[in-house]
Amino acid sequence: MLLSKKVIQSDLEEARQLEEHVLETVQGCGYSDAEAFAIKLALEEALINAIKHGNRYDPDKTVTVCYDIEPDRVRFAVADEGPGFALCNVPDPTADENLERPCGRGIMLIRAYMDEVSYNEEGNELRMVKRRVEQG
Amino acid sequence: MAEESAKMDIQSQGGVKLVTLADQKILDELSISEIGNKLNGLVAESKPPKIVINFANVTNMSSSALGMLITLHKRVREANGDLRLCNIQPSIEEVFKITRLNEVFDMKPSVDEAVDSIES
Repeated sequence: MLLSKKVIQSDLEEARQLEEHVLETVQGCGYSDAEAFAIKLALEEALINAIKHGNRYDPDKTVTVCYDIEPDRVRFAVADEGPGFALCNVPDPTADENLERPCGRGIMLIRAYMDEVSYNEEGNELRMVKRRVEQG
Repeated sequence: MAEESAKMDIQSQGGVKLVTLADQKILDELSISEIGNKLNGLVAESKPPKIVINFANVTNMSSSALGMLITLHKRVREANGDLRLCNIQPSIEEVFKITRLNEVFDMKPSVDEAVDSIES
């Protein structure tokens, strides 16, 4: 069960405030700088995708973020009110022909930095997990 | 002569514009848009544009910021100019590597090496 739930408007400033709150909690749980960097980057990309591509900045639509921050792992579910998308239709940004396209790297970065990433069937809810590596 | 804004400091070193990003976080869309507009202005006013971007203060990155840099890179290239990125911290460099953009951008370890590589 996810412990915290926040509903924000399709607004980047609200997203930033939520990111800062989450990051403070993550840092308070003893995650390394590298892990905190990864979590912040992934959450930022997920929220921007939800606001920009999912809700298309529609002020009447919201983004629902459920999260659970534990000492050994963090989990997020980020849902927008857009129609969703099919992951298979997103071009690979690292393919030679796409390298100089200015967009399309958000999902790739999320997948690179988080340990588990999945979408619901509609493609408008992203779930992701980052596990903490025990420090020697 | 130096030119400053909340987001960056711009200095001229010979014919090279040295842009030092002031923000630790150049993540949000508004900051990125402001930085992008300023940098595109530099491309328009310099013929050919010679630009070094110093990332020493940058500790976070986003795909939107990468997109802004790609657009800038294209404009500099179309104007037959040169663009170098320098002082990129390891965590940010990793983002460039994951996205293969380290193969697109010319990245140097220091400001001096970046400026020298354009002027030489």
